Amino acid sequence: MRLSREPRLRHLTAAAFLAAFLVTSADAAPQATLPAAPAASAEIAALGPDPRPVADDPQAPEMFRLANGMDVVVIPDHRAPVVTHMVWYRVGAADETPGKTGLAHFLEHLMFKGTAKIAPGQFSKIVARNGGQDNAFTNYDFTAYYQAIAKDRLPLVMDMEADRMTGLKLTDKEVLPERDVVLEELRMRIENEPTAQLQSAMNAKLYGHHPYGRDVIGYKSEVEKLGTADALAFYNRFYTPNNAVLIVAGDVTAAELKPLAEKYYGAVADRAPTYVRKRPPVEWPTASTRVTLHDARVQEPTWLRFYPAVSEAAAGPREAAALDVLAEILGGGTTSRLYQALVVREKVASSAQSWYDGDNLDAGDFGIYVLPRLGGSLADAEKAIDAEVASLLKDGVDAEELDRAKTQLVASDVYARDTQQTLAYAYGSALMTGVSARDVFLWPDHIRAVTAADVLAAAHEVFDNAHSVTGELLPEEKP
Amino acid sequence: MMRRPLLAFLGAVASLVLMAAPASAMKIERVVSPGGIEAWLVEETAVPVIVMDVAWQGGSASDPKGKEGLANLVSGLLDEGAGDLPSATFQKKLASTGAVMSFSEDRDYFEGTFKTIADKRDEAFALFGLALTKPRFDADAVERIRAQIATIIARNMEDPGWIAAQGWYKAAYGDHPYARPEDGTQASLASITTDDLHAYTKNVFARDNMKIAVVGPITPAELGALLDKTFGALPAHAELPTVPEVKVAPKPKTVIEKRPFPQSVVIFGGQGLKRADPDFVPAYVMNYVLGGGSFSSRLMEEVRAKRGLAYSISTFLAPQRHGALFMGELGTKNASVGLSLSLIRKELARMAAGGVTDKELADAKTYLTGSYPLRFNSNGRIAGELVGIQTENLGIDYIDRRNGMIDAVTKADVARVAKRLLAGDGLIVSIVGEPNMSDRLPAGTKLRPMPEPTGRPSEGAPGASQ
Repeated sequence: MRLSREPRLRHLTAAAFLAAFLVTSADAAPQATLPAAPAASAEIAALGPDPRPVADDPQAPEMFRLANGMDVVVIPDHRAPVVTHMVWYRVGAADETPGKTGLAHFLEHLMFKGTAKIAPGQFSKIVARNGGQDNAFTNYDFTAYYQAIAKDRLPLVMDMEADRMTGLKLTDKEVLPERDVVLEELRMRIENEPTAQLQSAMNAKLYGHHPYGRDVIGYKSEVEKLGTADALAFYNRFYTPNNAVLIVAGDVTAAELKPLAEKYYGAVADRAPTYVRKRPPVEWPTASTRVTLHDARVQEPTWLRFYPAVSEAAAGPREAAALDVLAEILGGGTTSRLYQALVVREKVASSAQSWYDGDNLDAGDFGIYVLPRLGGSLADAEKAIDAEVASLLKDGVDAEELDRAKTQLVASDVYARDTQQTLAYAYGSALMTGVSARDVFLWPDHIRAVTAADVLAAAHEVFDNAHSVTGELLPEEKP
Repeated sequence: MMRRPLLAFLGAVASLVLMAAPASAMKIERVVSPGGIEAWLVEETAVPVIVMDVAWQGGSASDPKGKEGLANLVSGLLDEGAGDLPSATFQKKLASTGAVMSFSEDRDYFEGTFKTIADKRDEAFALFGLALTKPRFDADAVERIRAQIATIIARNMEDPGWIAAQGWYKAAYGDHPYARPEDGTQASLASITTDDLHAYTKNVFARDNMKIAVVGPITPAELGALLDKTFGALPAHAELPTVPEVKVAPKPKTVIEKRPFPQSVVIFGGQGLKRADPDFVPAYVMNYVLGGGSFSSRLMEEVRAKRGLAYSISTFLAPQRHGALFMGELGTKNASVGLSLSLIRKELARMAAGGVTDKELADAKTYLTGSYPLRFNSNGRIAGELVGIQTENLGIDYIDRRNGMIDAVTKADVARVAKRLLAGDGLIVSIVGEPNMSDRLPAGTKLRPMPEPTGRPSEGAPGASQ
């Protein structure tokens, strides 16, 4: 489990205009030739109690489980007297029922609208009054809430978070204006962003009817109709301790946290059966397809391609690490093959990169994107990409580039560990998507173990007979 | 999908201002190398990562007229070859150490951020020093990076946030260098020569013009030796052009750039306070209550929570070296731009006339002081804070004094500064979209009634994602 998306983000920072692109890029896609990702069994494995310590290392997180089924992860970081407190629910946009897309994210917004104990809108104000910062986020496979706050305020936020796990009170007076807020968010992230619309269309082609084929924020026509009863039904089904994981990173030990966790979260009774996620299997495209969008707001074209790939959970750490190394060698930075070919030698692009995204439960994808140079041709760029992929498949990778890619990936993992929130996010998102805490902790070792043969095998898995989705975002067609 | 936007539109001015708080036991040491180079060091052994941040005065506002984009082009070229190492060789060597160096500029400063795994320290510092002291600026690298920036300049024209900010600066600052685009224009970018690049590094990267912060597992003695090796070859004195002082145009003005976006991006603001102004700290507290905090701010309450008009609405102070701004940003559907702006103007006037309540002031103080340590939660963030404290001349003991300054702010202080900044409607507004400027919604659009107000914010959220 890669700790951060830093390797991917790093190269995109030069292209700030794509920031929104990354924020909304939550996709996944397996391949027809792969064995169907055993999502449910991977999940059950992740849910099962794991008596082993994460690793025999004082830096490793400690885990335990409360009597009501809620898992707890403690990640030590004693540099400053602060903690990051997170509660993750194993439910996200992929768990919505037809006609109710956007509901997981809408509920995330509504979780700040009060309980019997906390008045509407007061949750964040109380956190702030105590010197803390809070927020929440939603993805396909999870919804999470967090506060960063001084260590001595940890009991306060645990008390409030446990309270809203089952005590949410909603009325139309709060819900309806918040729905307008969410619609504004949708305008900002999707309607104002042509690149986001390109990705939406590509995901729909790649994942078909699987929920990963739609945006986390949902279809506007459906979001507009979501109401208080929808939100409460979703809440009552999925927000229960046996469907939640508590993660606390920072200046706290497992011995200190355990009594607090038992007091606040252990006292919450389960109110719904344990949820086992069973989604329709991804049916990969049966032929390569192309999405071409024209937009009056666009002046410079963008080129993207998604290949089906296995999720990290289904791949296991060895193959997932090989896929990360492959992405780094092919398009990870300025020394990568795609950058050297398209930007340096052939001068058709101003940037080019590739990534492996295995962070969703049911499927992953392998992506490539190119920003052509001014006046550059997308067709030339595409030809150059295909040539680089073919050459990698034919000749494999050399020892020097393998070593360099591994060094960079291991270093970026170490850098990610510098930040408490990044670390907590990495463990949380792993546990939500069928990856173990152990594999997060040992990720640098998994990377170091990758061989040239592993990378080549991963490349064959991704590219051989692949049915990819290619996307082109272009200026408006001149009549 | 998050409940709160993490990014302001105005990356350009994003407040480098640090109101920092006491990170308890953190010890800052002033290290002076044998060669006389100063750095602030926090020796932190918990994580094997060394981070170094460096800032030089001489950002894009110092670009010569007609050569706009010079500082930015240099920032893209420093890892493109140095000394005997052409671009590809340099980058492979750097990648083999796992170190990461990045350079950037804003209007006032050129900045370098560098991080390395502790056990690759000497090799990585040597490459950083080479990049600064002996950049090659080979023709092929220059043309490649120039082409990348040309693409970025073209793409900026598609970005409503960028267009709105540019329009705002033009309206506020006219011909002053602060109003020029930091990346330059296609014409100015094309006119920059290799001589210009070398002249820039010679004039700006000088030993009397550097602020350095280092955090990680390294001792003062080790750092002292490395500072000399890394920076010792730089010239002693910088040669910087004079940037004139500037104030925001005093007359209100609204500029609209019509583009087919369903949501308008709105930037509004006026004259702010410089960091050295005695009223800066009271203004910082005032801004928290008005629109700086997030869910506790008055604007968030009125525009978002009560009426659902926006996902993002916030204000901030942007003190710069030669000017100062109070600014805000809003994203709202085209139909509700006029209504949102009228609510914002009403809140600005209410603050100017009445200041804050006792409760708002108390809540602002507990947030601002209590959250200060959260800014020091990684080696990278600590280094950033320490460079900021140096460039703003706040003193090495600032972190210990800072919360006391916040706590000393009175209601009368806030009322005075609110009047000074917000009285009268001098607001400059820049909008990109297809805005309805009426403060009534078009027929058929419903506005939902809402709950009762309160006021208090929380600042930008820490960095989880998605």
